[in-house]
Amino acid sequence: MDKYSALPKQGVETPALARRISTLLYSKVKLRLTLLLAAPLTWLVLVYIAALLALLVTALYSVDSYTSQIQTQLTFKNVLKVLTGQVYQTVALRTLGIALLVTIVDTLIALPIAFYMAKIASPRLQRLLVIAVLMPLWASYLVKAYAWRSVLSNEGIMQWLLRPLGLDTPGYGITATIITLGYLWLPYVILPIYAGLERVPNSLLEASGDLGAKTSTTLRLVMLPMLVPAIIAGSIFSFSLTMGDYITVNIVGGANQMLGNLVATNVGNNLPLAAAIALIPVLIMFGYLTAVRKTGALENL
Amino acid sequence: MISKTAMKLSALTAAAALALTGCASATPSPTSTVPTALGKTEGTVSLLAWPGYVEDGSNDPAYDWVSKFEDQTGCMVTSKSYGTSDEATSLFKTGDYDVVAASGDATLRLIASGDVAELNTDLIPSYAGVYDFLKAKPWNSVDGKVYGVPHGYGANLLMYKKDVVKPAPTSWDVVFDKSSAYKGKVTAYDSPIYIADAAVYLMAHNPELNITDPYALDETQLQAAIDLLKAQRVNVGEYWSDYLKEIQAFETGDSVVGTTWQVIVNSMSAKAKVGAILPTEGATGWSDSWMISSKAKSPNCAYKWLDYIDSPEANAAATGYFGEAPATAAACEFMGQDVCDSYHAGDEAYAAKIYYWTTPIANCLDGRTDVECTDYARWTEAWQEIKG
Repeated sequence: MDKYSALPKQGVETPALARRISTLLYSKVKLRLTLLLAAPLTWLVLVYIAALLALLVTALYSVDSYTSQIQTQLTFKNVLKVLTGQVYQTVALRTLGIALLVTIVDTLIALPIAFYMAKIASPRLQRLLVIAVLMPLWASYLVKAYAWRSVLSNEGIMQWLLRPLGLDTPGYGITATIITLGYLWLPYVILPIYAGLERVPNSLLEASGDLGAKTSTTLRLVMLPMLVPAIIAGSIFSFSLTMGDYITVNIVGGANQMLGNLVATNVGNNLPLAAAIALIPVLIMFGYLTAVRKTGALENL
Repeated sequence: MISKTAMKLSALTAAAALALTGCASATPSPTSTVPTALGKTEGTVSLLAWPGYVEDGSNDPAYDWVSKFEDQTGCMVTSKSYGTSDEATSLFKTGDYDVVAASGDATLRLIASGDVAELNTDLIPSYAGVYDFLKAKPWNSVDGKVYGVPHGYGANLLMYKKDVVKPAPTSWDVVFDKSSAYKGKVTAYDSPIYIADAAVYLMAHNPELNITDPYALDETQLQAAIDLLKAQRVNVGEYWSDYLKEIQAFETGDSVVGTTWQVIVNSMSAKAKVGAILPTEGATGWSDSWMISSKAKSPNCAYKWLDYIDSPEANAAATGYFGEAPATAAACEFMGQDVCDSYHAGDEAYAAKIYYWTTPIANCLDGRTDVECTDYARWTEAWQEIKG
């Protein structure tokens, strides 16, 4: 009984409070904005900016070489070591080279696939192809990397395929790393280019053809300029993901190491040095993104 | 408006950074007191160990010594395996593990950083049965205080594919001076401690370097080892720290010669046709210790585990599976005297041929006082340089 008698009272009070809050929020624009942005901003600051700052600050610490305990006096020792050390330069260049090659290979493969998906395939086939492109993402990264380890091995399927042609499997090494990473990141490159191609109106291509342009000319002068932002958007994925990778190269890279491996080697015993090394890809990515921002490709993500 | 927001943002980030640095500067080193009696068991215990040390039958139903422990003590075991001592020290520092099985190149670092607690061996009845020559050694105790109980010991062997590496090797030269014959198919252990393997080789082949302890290298001696390893690097197909990776590489013939553990040899299929030897130069090896975290959440279960794993039957099962000599003579009754002999258990002369992993430090371990030796941080740096 009490339950019911209490109801009308609540029913009157709650809307009144809600109405008062909504009136307050309606009149105070800034308060509304603050409340709306508080949660995502806290997240951004804590997870992203604070993490980056922590990385920066850690790079300026040093460690006791015996116990690996961090000593918090600030020093530029590690940063200088990373900037001047031969091994860090070699590995940074190797990583950069691998990232560029993976990006180029992926873009070259993605362009025709995305073009077929967006412009030639029937709507039904189009849907199937999108699913097919996304399908590999359902499997674990590790499973795919180990699959390539077995494909590329001495007794793997690659060797079996190439043997009749008088060729050998590339074996484990930089080539294997590029193949595997190229495979892993391909969906991330195809999708933005596909999305970019979908936005190119067919009428433009037809107009170009009607005006006498050959297919290659249309592709080069009409299609490509409109696609550049989409290609760059795709390249950001393959480039940045490769810059930070260390597992694939560990599995199929033979004796080679990338920047990620140097970070992983040091993270246990010399965290400040690991942080200093981790700043290299951060800087490279920062430079790359700044350059890319000018092309307007970021709006295409 | 924009600048105001920006200012607020920067103030926030500054505060966050302050909070972070504040956290980092406080490095508590807990000084736990040594227990005099065991309390009630906690119901769970988490272990960090080399692969093959904690088997509950999930890898191979025939190998299970964890279930019996769980039945006896009611402590449910969770475990994680690691590939290198560096990985072990960084994992253990998270404080997520009650117990660690560590080799000599990790134990001293863990003791020095206060991550492991001093033990009261009276609470570990089976400790009495452990070989005396393994007790209170420099790698498991400091100033007479015991921090670890022995698990077992063994050598890093040379494994080769019999159908490729002919004649059968007797020396490490197949992976060093003669490694070019197997270009791209040589493998080596991926850790700075592998520098000691090169030092062992140099001890025998370059006596003018006067290396007496592979873990006490001055700058000249270290440089000689680095040069040897850089020459080897050209012929290395891949380095391994994940033992499954090495098994697969030898199965497919991607690696044909290199360092190995007995457990890997035991896991190889007959089809792979591998052999393994302890070369004439001697070898590096390990003598592992079980240690308890100074921040252990389940110290009572942890003590129970230490007692259990040193008990003859469990010790026989665990060391037999990994392929190393057990820590107690009584374990040989369970693993068979012939097996025990094949690991040279209790054979002090054989044990002397093994240079046990230990952490290189600036004060030369071989007693030299006229030079400063290279420490592990230097070795880590050198190892990165060698891999290039």
